[in-house]
Amino acid sequence: MSYENPPTIPRKSATFDDYTLSEIRRAATTGIYDIRGGGSKRRLPHFDDLLFLGASISRYPLEGYRERCGTEVVLGARFAKKPLELKIPITVAGMSFGSLSANAKEALGRGASAAGTSTTTGDGGMSTEERGQSQTLVYQYLPSRYGMNPEDLLKADAIEIVVGQGAKPGGGGMLLGQKITDRVANMRTLPKGIDQRSACRHPDWTGPDDMEIKILELREITDWQKPIFVKVGGARPYYDVALAVKAGADVVVVDGMQGGTAATQDVFIENVGMPTLACIRPAVQALQDLGMHRKVQLIVSGGVRNGADVAKALALGADAVSIGTAALVALGDNDPAYEAEYNALGTTAGAYDDWHEGKDPAGITTQDPELMARLDPVLAGRRLANYLKVMTLEAQTIARACGKNHLHNLEPEDLCALTIEAAAMARVPLAGTSWIPGQAGF
Amino acid sequence: MPVIDLAQTGLRELNAALHSQGSGTNETLWEVLNPRGSHAVAVGVNAPIAVEIKGSVGYYCAGMNREASVTVYGSAGPGVAENMMSGEVRVKGDASQYAGATGKGGLLIIEGNASSRCGISMKGIDIVVRGSIGHMSAFMAQAGHLVVCGDAGDALGDSIYEAKLFVRGAVKSLGADCIEKEMRGEHLHALQALLNRAGIVDVKASDFKRYGSARKLYNFSVDHADAYG
Ligand SMILES: Cc1cc2nc3c(=O)[nH]c(=O)nc-3n(C[C@H](O)[C@H](O)[C@H](O)COP(=O)(O)O)c2cc1C
Repeated sequence: MSYENPPTIPRKSATFDDYTLSEIRRAATTGIYDIRGGGSKRRLPHFDDLLFLGASISRYPLEGYRERCGTEVVLGARFAKKPLELKIPITVAGMSFGSLSANAKEALGRGASAAGTSTTTGDGGMSTEERGQSQTLVYQYLPSRYGMNPEDLLKADAIEIVVGQGAKPGGGGMLLGQKITDRVANMRTLPKGIDQRSACRHPDWTGPDDMEIKILELREITDWQKPIFVKVGGARPYYDVALAVKAGADVVVVDGMQGGTAATQDVFIENVGMPTLACIRPAVQALQDLGMHRKVQLIVSGGVRNGADVAKALALGADAVSIGTAALVALGDNDPAYEAEYNALGTTAGAYDDWHEGKDPAGITTQDPELMARLDPVLAGRRLANYLKVMTLEAQTIARACGKNHLHNLEPEDLCALTIEAAAMARVPLAGTSWIPGQAGF
Repeated sequence: MPVIDLAQTGLRELNAALHSQGSGTNETLWEVLNPRGSHAVAVGVNAPIAVEIKGSVGYYCAGMNREASVTVYGSAGPGVAENMMSGEVRVKGDASQYAGATGKGGLLIIEGNASSRCGISMKGIDIVVRGSIGHMSAFMAQAGHLVVCGDAGDALGDSIYEAKLFVRGAVKSLGADCIEKEMRGEHLHALQALLNRAGIVDVKASDFKRYGSARKLYNFSVDHADAYG
């Protein structure tokens, strides 16, 4: 063995890792920021960092298949004459027609209806495919007001005022030219083929006092029939929820930073907003401080993937959750069956996020008629219904193990945290201790 | 003629009564007394009726109007005729911010001045203002016509798409991607027709200048990155 000039192994920087280097090279070559779909891809404190305790001597469980564990939820009974009655506390989040194909929208409607839950429109208006198939349809009222019209408003079962999205709190929408086909352009009153950037602020109000008057107007137009949701990105959940309640919302949707988007700057997705886990307790606290918990419903979204996530969100105080990305995956998004085509696009199944380019091999995030035809809305709808059913069964399994005869009876006391961060954010004790960081002075 | 006195009857009763009018209604003229700045007066109407509001209104008067002719004998607060689809809304006095915001059709006439963001995100509505308009008007305006017989404030038509703007007086400044454009015969014709429909007879179409989109921001180009701020 020689001790002269011993070599070191080539070492790559943790700060300047391969991805970072590739992004610097990409920026230097193109002169424009990276735009992509999906949510934050970095590791964040999340539902995985929580565990259920299950029953023990002091808590007795319910029988798996025999004893009832309710899952239904009523959304919007505060002011609306016709609140939504859903069979499961998992809704399908707003995803725009334009970003998604008509077949994908139809499939979402079919799947959600079969599972007894709602879907939500999105930027760009109400598509006939979705209204046709979705038994319960929430109509988004967005800053762009693309495709917004009173006829569709009156056809909706509820209205969701979008103030922000978790993927981009403070940002507007984006739909690039490739996806602005004749139909999409026509619905949005825009020229075909342009890069469309939708507004980040509502055009006809600023601030919470104005929003209260806007809600009054929408209620008057719809004769106080329809529930009004307010959706905010996970930025200042305590104050945003309190202000939405004061403005007269029936339901508040809080979307954390893992939440997907159709297209936005990567720098925005990864660096603005708070993780979903950090949003729930402040949001619930606001409702409790106002005496409105369970009276104004809280829907949480951003990175919900399975029944455990549903159960954890509900245990922390949410009334329901909403899913975007997971619903698309259930339809067939990023399916390894299309691996060769993903490779041809310079990516791999599971990583494909250039949804704005409209070349989705799975026919979901595209307006190309040939690609779109690959998605069978009946089959894809059935897949979504199956997936929603599995999530519900999983959540029930956990709830029964905790001795709860309704998902809404889950509570923070049923949880412990695996990390200090998660314990602090979810305000539950670190596993094996009684320590909740930030409480009792330390 | 039904007369609804808002000093006695609630807003809910007024709007519910207006909503119950169908296309063949015999009650074609409605009078609203004592609006006293109420918000959401005569919103969501969908019938060929005339609504005369005797006084000033608050936010969103005649919002999402379809087919009705609504006249405000006073001034209007923010968002008058927002997202109007068809019909006509006339404000005898001044209008606050966001007049005609996101409107898709119909005609909005403001006999006085309009404040900032007049015609913001307009999508096909026609707006005629006898006086002047404030800053950031016709921001992201997509379609329709905005006619201003007086002056326009800063950043007119910022990020405009295909709406057509006609201003008779001075424009304090133009917003990103908005430029003065040639006034051709077809534009003079459309402008004159709008002035006629608005009942404005004392100004000449030939005194106006036309503004619209340079269409340079329609597709992202690095060379125009500065325009995005
Ligand atoms: C393809 C796609 C399109 C979306 N479009 C909209 C939209 O138009 N309006 C909106 O409020 N949110 C939109 N979102 C966000 C979702 O409503 C939701 O907040 C988010 O997807 C939830 O997080 P998850 O994807 O992790 O489930 C979109 C999300 C995706 C994935």
